[in-house]
Amino acid sequence: MRFTPEEMMTVAAARGLRDGKVVFVGIDLPSRAANLARRLHAPDLVLIYESGTIDTRPDELPLSIGDGVLAETALSVVSVPEIFNYWLQPGRIDVGFLSGAQLDRFANLNTTVIGEYAEPDVRLPGSGGAPEIAASCREVFVVMRHRRRSFVDRVDFVTSFGYGAGPADRALLGLRGAGPVRVITDLGVLEPHPVSAELVLTAVHPGVTVEQVRAETGWTLEVSDELGRTIPPTERELDVLRSLKTVGSP
Amino acid sequence: MAKIVSLREAVGELVHDGDTVALEGFTHLIPFAAGHEIIRQQRRELTLVRMTPDLIYDQLIGAGCARKLIFSWGGNPGVGALYRIRDAITRGWPAPLAIEEHSHAELANRYVAGAAGLPFAVLRGSAGTDLPMHTPAVSTVRCPFTGEELTAVAAVTPDVTIVHAQRADREGNVQLWGISGVQKEAVLAARRALVTVEELVDDLEPVAGAVVLPRFVVTAVAEVPGGAAPSYAHGYYARDNTAYRDWQRISRDRDTFAAWLDELQKAEAVGEPGE
Repeated sequence: MRFTPEEMMTVAAARGLRDGKVVFVGIDLPSRAANLARRLHAPDLVLIYESGTIDTRPDELPLSIGDGVLAETALSVVSVPEIFNYWLQPGRIDVGFLSGAQLDRFANLNTTVIGEYAEPDVRLPGSGGAPEIAASCREVFVVMRHRRRSFVDRVDFVTSFGYGAGPADRALLGLRGAGPVRVITDLGVLEPHPVSAELVLTAVHPGVTVEQVRAETGWTLEVSDELGRTIPPTERELDVLRSLKTVGSP
Repeated sequence: MAKIVSLREAVGELVHDGDTVALEGFTHLIPFAAGHEIIRQQRRELTLVRMTPDLIYDQLIGAGCARKLIFSWGGNPGVGALYRIRDAITRGWPAPLAIEEHSHAELANRYVAGAAGLPFAVLRGSAGTDLPMHTPAVSTVRCPFTGEELTAVAAVTPDVTIVHAQRADREGNVQLWGISGVQKEAVLAARRALVTVEELVDDLEPVAGAVVLPRFVVTAVAEVPGGAAPSYAHGYYARDNTAYRDWQRISRDRDTFAAWLDELQKAEAVGEPGE
């Protein structure tokens, strides 16, 4: 079955979510992958959205983070202060699932500005829930399209903290979660080096070369000695992915 | 005790030029009709507070009502950018806009502190990020018991908070349910509170999980059916995702926005007597 790089990315991201885990889900790419996982291998995946919906099981993908379908299918709906203070902050969430406009070699994420903060070239939406998700979840997955303008040596603005400038920074700052453990793109998978915490290429998707990935990465990308190759999407994975409809879409 | 008034009267009496105004509602129950009435009455120099500015603040800011925005995520969710806000921040059109920017957790806790009558709130926060350097309302505090350094955020206390709810009784007790966001905290943090509702009823039938705002914390209630559209009111109507998608085209360009604004100013406020 033919598939697009975008579909490969979403399937690869979904496969990383193990059944029974509790996931704090960002909108768009993370939401698509998390809902795919729940329909495939992880029926007991617990989805939490920052709008306060806990263990929600939407039939269709929400367009926004607070669509009615999330509340209607949730086990419980709590207030926004509660979702951050009681559920995210104490470390009750296994996986935080994020995306961004820029990511750097230490997996710091920028969703605030391109350029200078005071005089931005492009003003982006800002923080939302991401900074605390990155700080407090046990692990963080990032899903992002792999483009040279997005995979940069240094982000213009640290909206969400990855590893800062090296492996010791999270502990020095008192951040309790492990940080980004996997970056899934439409070209492959990057993971932090166990010693340096710098992102290295650990897998490429079918038909993608290391040279291609390097060409789309704004720093000198190291490649793992045990570089893997992602298994192509199965027919079932693609069928389910293509059946996912966004609420209110034509 | 809450007064039952028309939306026009309520905005006329409760929202003044220069006020700090919070219109809350997290995707759900966004008080659009009240925002449009503020535009019609041409309020100016407002400091607008809202976690997710959404279309409603894109409209208020594009209409020139604000001089400052306090927020935590400024996009059209799932669709794209808010071009009127972007134009105001980066090019000062139609008026320069100062910003005070937070994470959701920070701004939610600023309301919590306001609601609790405290000068600040404490959270673990997001150490190491760049935003606190640009935001004076965020600082650090040392725990007197453990010595840990934690994030402190200043209370936010709006002059007036406006929210939309499903219903209120004729004494002004308000009931809302579904995704309840930060509305309770935003109302309790404010000096004055205006609530628009889908309907006024004789008796508030209990609803599981509902938030109730007793009449003594509500200044005024206005009955405005459909007052949250194009956002949604759980149990009443769905989110108009097409309107959210269409806003991209309207918002992107100053002229198409000006035409939209013209139409709005011609239209009568919804929920006016005699309509």
